[in-house]
Amino acid sequence: MDVVTTDYKRCSVIRTSGRIDSFNSPYLEQAFQQKAEEGRYRLVFDLSDVDFISSRGWWVLIETQKLCKRYNRGELVLVGISDEIRDSLRLVGLQKYFKMYDSVTDAVGSF
Amino acid sequence: MIYPARYENLSQVRDFVAELAKQAGFVDKVIYRVILAVDEAFTNIIDHAYGGEGLGDIECTCQITEEGLTVRLRDQGNRFDPTLVPEPEIKKSLHEVSPRGVGLFLMRQIMDEVSYEFTDKGNELTMVKRFD
Repeated sequence: MDVVTTDYKRCSVIRTSGRIDSFNSPYLEQAFQQKAEEGRYRLVFDLSDVDFISSRGWWVLIETQKLCKRYNRGELVLVGISDEIRDSLRLVGLQKYFKMYDSVTDAVGSF
Repeated sequence: MIYPARYENLSQVRDFVAELAKQAGFVDKVIYRVILAVDEAFTNIIDHAYGGEGLGDIECTCQITEEGLTVRLRDQGNRFDPTLVPEPEIKKSLHEVSPRGVGLFLMRQIMDEVSYEFTDKGNELTMVKRFD
């Protein structure tokens, strides 16, 4: 799994592609942890090229959100979620924990 | 199809079930839901029935019937009845919420029937998605 991160002045954008499941979600977790270690807690996760996320993947995002929101130091926001992924997120009721944007520009601009 | 119980095989299992769901005539949105349920079930077997990766096999069979698609997962791990796991408390605040039970919750939400049987051949989980 390739995870690409780009640092901007006010936030970082993390991007990956394909499927996120129990096999490769640890790689994604590592990428988010790396940003936290750098003291960067304003994060945009771009899912435009992601076509599947299992609950294991969602828990990486939930744990990252907990870390980012602690002490009001930041937030993880999501971009480019497909209809199918959004539908599954709604099924389990996890959508309320994330702000979602249609474009990276909008998400970056929210910080 | 028989797969070693490892996470790296999840994508193959999803592809196998997706192909059958497509043949059965389900639309993309439903196919996504079904492969999500199967992914969660396969992961739960590795985590709970076997207690880790590489400790056995998981057999996955799919059958298109008049009423829909039946997916069956068999393993020889410890007795694990997912239908007895309580539902997660998603209404909690962000800092209280935990992942326990979410995979099973998804399986129950998505599939029309989820049943479990423990036989002398091991665990057998059967999930049915009906045509609307």
